[in-house]
Amino acid sequence: MNPETTPDKPALFDRPRNVRRLLGGFFAILGLLLVAEGFIQGHAHFTWERMPFFHATYGFVACVAVIFTAKALRRLLKRPATYYDGDGTETPPATASQGRRDR
Amino acid sequence: MTPPLFADGLAPSLLFICGALLIPLLSGRIKQAWLLLMPLVALWTLWEMPAGEHWVYGMLDYRLVLGRIDALSRVFGIIFGLMALIGAVYALQVNDDLQYMAGFVYAGGALGVTLAGDWFSLYLFWEVMAVASTFLILARRTPASRRAAVRYILVHVFGGLSLLAGIVLRHAGGADLTVGPMALDGLASGLIFLGIAVNAAVPPLHAWLQDAYPEATVAGAVFLSAFTTKSAVYVMARTFAGAEILVWLGAVMTILPVFYAEVENDIRRVLSYSLMNQVGFMLCGIGIGTELAINGAVSHAFCHILYKALLFMSAGAVLHVTGKITCTDIGGLYRTMPVTCLMCLVGAASISAFPLFSGFVSKSMIISAAGVNHLGAVWLMLQFASAGVIAHAGIKVPFFTFFGHDAGLKAKEPPLNMLLAMAMAAFGCLFIGVCPQPLYALLPYPVHYVPYTGAHVVGQLQLLLFAIFAFYLLLKSGYYPSEVRAINLDADWFYRKGAAGFYRAVDAGFNGLNRWCEQRLVQSPARLGARLAFLGPARLAVAALERLRWRPHGEDEASCGKALESGTVRLGAHAAAAALFLVLIYLVG
Repeated sequence: MNPETTPDKPALFDRPRNVRRLLGGFFAILGLLLVAEGFIQGHAHFTWERMPFFHATYGFVACVAVIFTAKALRRLLKRPATYYDGDGTETPPATASQGRRDR
Repeated sequence: MTPPLFADGLAPSLLFICGALLIPLLSGRIKQAWLLLMPLVALWTLWEMPAGEHWVYGMLDYRLVLGRIDALSRVFGIIFGLMALIGAVYALQVNDDLQYMAGFVYAGGALGVTLAGDWFSLYLFWEVMAVASTFLILARRTPASRRAAVRYILVHVFGGLSLLAGIVLRHAGGADLTVGPMALDGLASGLIFLGIAVNAAVPPLHAWLQDAYPEATVAGAVFLSAFTTKSAVYVMARTFAGAEILVWLGAVMTILPVFYAEVENDIRRVLSYSLMNQVGFMLCGIGIGTELAINGAVSHAFCHILYKALLFMSAGAVLHVTGKITCTDIGGLYRTMPVTCLMCLVGAASISAFPLFSGFVSKSMIISAAGVNHLGAVWLMLQFASAGVIAHAGIKVPFFTFFGHDAGLKAKEPPLNMLLAMAMAAFGCLFIGVCPQPLYALLPYPVHYVPYTGAHVVGQLQLLLFAIFAFYLLLKSGYYPSEVRAINLDADWFYRKGAAGFYRAVDAGFNGLNRWCEQRLVQSPARLGARLAFLGPARLAVAALERLRWRPHGEDEASCGKALESGTVRLGAHAAAAALFLVLIYLVG
């Protein structure tokens, strides 16, 4: 344990009770938002906006879609961090000295 | 008649560019005061200057207008001036004149582009921006930054030349040089559009942004995040408002980067993808082209500059303090950097468009404009991208930087000036979010839009919080993509691998041709000539002697030829040949 990075007093979210409170509050707000929808009349531009819980569903589905698509894309596009090494604009030192010798 | 040079004071663009030249001559507090004074004077000038044309100079037969002030240019000028001020405060502890000079020349270029009334001066400042911004990347002084800077300037030279070609063609076609609305209907306007699109990071011309910005210096990235793309947004709004292609390019541009941002390891690269996503919203608004949509695009550019700078400043603060900024290396920093963490959260809430934060009052104008115009698919794409924004910029950036696993890094809050700059931007985000009217008053068209309606607030909160809920569930269940040290291929692959391939192809092609030519056209004929010159007379002599049926000492033809080739003929033969030669000369003579 590093004394400089981990103070004696546990940090805010090191206490499970605080994390539980935060999550509890979050879930309560989610519930409230679903309930609040029933009391609010808004102007809808599209028919789908009139569906119950449209925004909640769309937000949830979109986030899941983004993350799963990103995972699939990563499988296709991931390369080692050194992938572009050696394609640089500068001549590697060995070749440069070789060039000088040749001249 | 051209007014005298300083009739209206110095144009803000020239003030920054000329003022930057003084920076190396100053030191200590005076230098710091000068760095803060320049943006303040520019802001005051922009605020006070009445609408119309200022700083007009004659050059040959042209009128160069360095200060066309109207509502659109004023609002962009003000945010650029404000950003130069915040950036200067953030950079006060930097001991590197190169960064200060590059930063101010760059900001001057952006102001020049914004205020330019004619295409020639706009192009001039456009290139000033490209060159100066390159030095903010070079100033990191690492091999990676040097290579990224070279790629960056090459892409911008391409964009700049395309713009210039378009301007020249347009001028040759007899068009007026005033920067104003134009139809996208020919080669000239197409090239101008292409040049602007490069700077706006429109896909597939976007990869320079994510390639270069994360390699810039801590303060350099803050400057970079503000000027290049947003000055391009300004020029798009000025020239191509209502171009339908922008609606679709913008909508695609909001979605494409969110996937990349989700699996990117470098926080500043995540922010760069997020920057592209936000510019997509603006371009989409410009493409829709109605008063509501243009107001939305412009106000979103204004808000975006503040919260994106805030996010880059908080990431920069982490990099400044810990030397690290990749998800795999950082985490848990809220314990040691609580103020920076709070600033980052304000930026994250603003970019995610939470009610009471700036993104809410600007982005929703663009999405509403899509709704009013019954662009259903665009509306769905923009809302999808909004949920994507909360996933990467809203949660991922603060979570992996300040929460998540504790990387055990030694850290403390950054210097006071950096915190102050972040606080200035955070104040702007909150102020605009709570009280949008002063920003709305600056917009090009009268604003009738009301962001805070019950349905809008509840709808937006549902979208955002249920997206967070999905993020939480995926993280908890282990489906969220893990942080790994790797890169993800993007459009820059084509020119990075393409350039290497081109180099190899040219190497093999031209050097091969060179070798072939030397072999076939130089060495072979020379060898043949030498052989002919050497063997010819010998063969001739052998043939002549054969005719005379004279073989010295009964040698056969082969050994006789060999003897003649090597010059080891017996003594008498030499004498006979010399005599024969003299007889021949005598006969010919």
